[in-house]
Amino acid sequence: MISALIFYMFAGLLVAAGVMVISARNPVHAVLFLIVCFFNAAGLFLLLGAEFLAMVLVVVYVGAVAVLFLFVVMLLDINLVELREGFLQYLPLGALVGLILLCELVVLFGGWHFAPNVEDIVQHQVPAAAAGISNTEALGRLLYTDYAYLFQASGLVLLVAMIGSIMLTHRRREGVRKQVIAQQVARNRSSVEVRKVPTGGGI
Amino acid sequence: MFEIGLAHYLTVAAILFTLGVFGIFLNRKNVIIIMMSIELILLSVNLNLVTFSSFLNDLVGQVFVMFILTVAAAEAAIGLAIVVVFFRNRGTIAVEEISQLKG
Amino acid sequence: MIYVAAVFLPLLGAIIAGLFGRFIGDRGAQIVTCLGLGISAALAVPIFNDIALGHQTITVPVLAFIHSGTVDVSWALKFDTLTAVMMIVVTWVSFMVHVYSVGYMAHDTSIPRFMSYLSLFTFFMLMLVTADNLVQLFFGWEGVGVASYLLIGFWYERPSACAAAIKAFVVNRVGDLGFALGIFGAYFLFDSISFDAIFAAAPAKAGTVVHFFGCDWGAITIVALLLFVGAMGKSAQLGLHTWLPDAMEGPTPVSALIHAATMVTAGVFMVARMSPLFELSNTALMVVTLVGAATAFFAATVGCVQNDIKRVIAYSTCSQLGYMFFAIGVSAYQAAIFHLFTHAFFKALLFLGAGSVIHAMSDEQDIRRMGGIWRHVKLTWVLMWIGSLALAGIPFFAGFYSKDTILEAAWASGSDVGHLAFVLGVAAAFMTAFYSWRLLIMVFHGTPRADEHVMAHVHESPAVMTVPLMGLAAGAVGAGFIAKDWFVGHEQVEFWSKAISVLPQHPAMADLHHVPEWVSLAPLVCAVSGIALAYVLYSFLPSLPAAIAGRMRGLYLFLLNKWYFDELYDALFVRPAFVIGRGLWKGGDGALIDGCGPDGVAAATQVIARRVARMQSGYLYHYAFAMLIGVAAFVTWYIFNAR
Repeated sequence: MISALIFYMFAGLLVAAGVMVISARNPVHAVLFLIVCFFNAAGLFLLLGAEFLAMVLVVVYVGAVAVLFLFVVMLLDINLVELREGFLQYLPLGALVGLILLCELVVLFGGWHFAPNVEDIVQHQVPAAAAGISNTEALGRLLYTDYAYLFQASGLVLLVAMIGSIMLTHRRREGVRKQVIAQQVARNRSSVEVRKVPTGGGI
Repeated sequence: MFEIGLAHYLTVAAILFTLGVFGIFLNRKNVIIIMMSIELILLSVNLNLVTFSSFLNDLVGQVFVMFILTVAAAEAAIGLAIVVVFFRNRGTIAVEEISQLKG
Repeated sequence: MIYVAAVFLPLLGAIIAGLFGRFIGDRGAQIVTCLGLGISAALAVPIFNDIALGHQTITVPVLAFIHSGTVDVSWALKFDTLTAVMMIVVTWVSFMVHVYSVGYMAHDTSIPRFMSYLSLFTFFMLMLVTADNLVQLFFGWEGVGVASYLLIGFWYERPSACAAAIKAFVVNRVGDLGFALGIFGAYFLFDSISFDAIFAAAPAKAGTVVHFFGCDWGAITIVALLLFVGAMGKSAQLGLHTWLPDAMEGPTPVSALIHAATMVTAGVFMVARMSPLFELSNTALMVVTLVGAATAFFAATVGCVQNDIKRVIAYSTCSQLGYMFFAIGVSAYQAAIFHLFTHAFFKALLFLGAGSVIHAMSDEQDIRRMGGIWRHVKLTWVLMWIGSLALAGIPFFAGFYSKDTILEAAWASGSDVGHLAFVLGVAAAFMTAFYSWRLLIMVFHGTPRADEHVMAHVHESPAVMTVPLMGLAAGAVGAGFIAKDWFVGHEQVEFWSKAISVLPQHPAMADLHHVPEWVSLAPLVCAVSGIALAYVLYSFLPSLPAAIAGRMRGLYLFLLNKWYFDELYDALFVRPAFVIGRGLWKGGDGALIDGCGPDGVAAATQVIARRVARMQSGYLYHYAFAMLIGVAAFVTWYIFNAR
């Protein structure tokens, strides 16, 4: 009973926030609503028993990705006034197609029945609660053994993404004084000259 | 109604998916909204996977979600970098103005 | 041997002059063709002697052609009296014209082509007259049509000449359609197209009846009428006559050869050849009489007011052809062929003489701008007088015997149409004399109406042109009384033997000599009064014709415009044909076939491609939307179709 109510609360907030994401006028509001979405999704994950993923969602998605969105939104000088026109022009047709898709998905998922022998395709059994292994530990046991290569690969993906975004947005500014160590080290006696300067006069 | 089963979670995921798709093509004015809609879609997929992982008692769903998370983060970073560069060059992020690749 | 040579030598001449004219030059082409024709003409005499006077019939097979079921078409040359007579006419007149052309066309730029066409025409005409079966006759028939087209349009840079050539060919084509249908009918009836077979089987099929469109028709009548339609086209009878005056666009030797002596008489020849068939159908004979008489009258009326020297003579030809046809209609085939024989000489003489006049008057053809030149061109003047005397039917000249025989036969036939033909024929005789002397007076006599420049250049033609004229004049004078006994006199039965058959119930030729006195005198009286009237109007009271024309303006214009036949045909056939043609071209071919075919497909490709290209809008949300639709479609598919 309670869990049902909690589910409905999380789900309802999730959907509502999702609607607000795509229809918020101010992009900053939209990002904030996205954060609300993530939080509620984390709640749903908890209900499903995936507590590690719930926390990761909060830490990575909210703490990094959503904040990144916020940075960019506030970085770009967006003219807010012209942002709201033209929204409703394509609403009917798009809404129709989207609703059709939604109905079909709901029909599909609503009538989901597992095949009788579905137990046989389970690859990695969730350890029984009595075993005392937490979700985090179980995931760790799986990730660093069977999926180690993929884990490393995803690390590489992140590396490439980092390099890529730096490369894309890097700007060379004029007039920035920076040290060039190589030049400094290459100086010798001939690059320095001593001049006798009279008092009050200049070079 | 009160017995929360597989269908409920999946329905929520479906709704989220649809919302994300709406966000992509109903929005004309802001590229960042598109990126956020993509995040919503990915979130719905994640929800789906975790649901099945929970109901099938199979951990592989959650492992997959980890990887999706990683990739989503990377993609968000690159995407936003591109948006920043685009804005620097064009001065606008209205989707309507981005049609240089038309045939 | 001489039979084959006589027919094929002109072809040889035509090929050599036509294909190798460039190598042998103008003189070479002239020599080759004249030589070929000369030999042919010379050979025609012993042929005539053997066949006509010797009362023989010979068939010379040349080549087998089609042999399919009961259709047996072969090239074979049949020589009987009719053929022999025609050969004399064709070869001699053609030879005279060839020699004349050497002089007349001396300054032309394409002499070899001209001589080649003339010889080619002669070959086709000879094939026509020596035909053994209907298909071979049709071959010659079509061939002379082609040669006529080529020769009328000889000066092809002139648009009027090209138009006239096309008109001649197209109007002939209408006749040829009838002819072809007649051949099919004949084959259907007799299972053969060979003359011998048809004539042998004809009496047996006399009563055959065909049920067609709900009515009963005599089969032989239908075939005869269809063949006559062909003759109408070729011989410019009323209805299909419109091409003959326009054919004067061709050089004068062409008019003399083709449109006076030979091609136009092919129709007469053909009907005479088919006499066994025509005799069996009174309806067909009646139609032939009516058409012939109407043509004779009509052409004579129009000829009275024409101002172009060649047109006057052209209408005269048309009128005389009408005579020949109504003679055939009253079963006086012998008289018709006799008239054909004499007419060839004096009409060719008149045409070539006119050519001489035109040559003398520096290419002037309007008789209103001639006059008073008899002193300068005495030879031509005398020869034209001889030709006109023969045409009018003055006693002793050739035309007298043949024309009078026709008119007497018309009366002697005893039928109503025969009597009508007689009346119209006599009226036409009056008008013939009138316009012939109108021509003579206006061209040669009176005060000169041409300017001094032209008058200073009036000169007699060279000998190469006048000698053929004299040869034709000899024929115009002598052909009548020399040949009359053979053709229509005491010896006609042996002369014609099997070539022409007349049934006993058609007594025209037999009762010829029993006609009343006034019938024999009427043509002569009319001719003399016609000449007298011409003198009155054009010599004594030269202002009178203009006054009459002014008073009877409507009638004058009606006659001048050839009874408005051309305008009628233009409105009835030519314009609708153009409209249909344009409609089918622009609408059918252009809009429908091209529009649905190549053009349409190309344009559709462009339009569709342009529309499809709009999908590449460059907008992200359009692409996303497309993807969404695709996803929705897939999901729908799998929901309803997955098992």
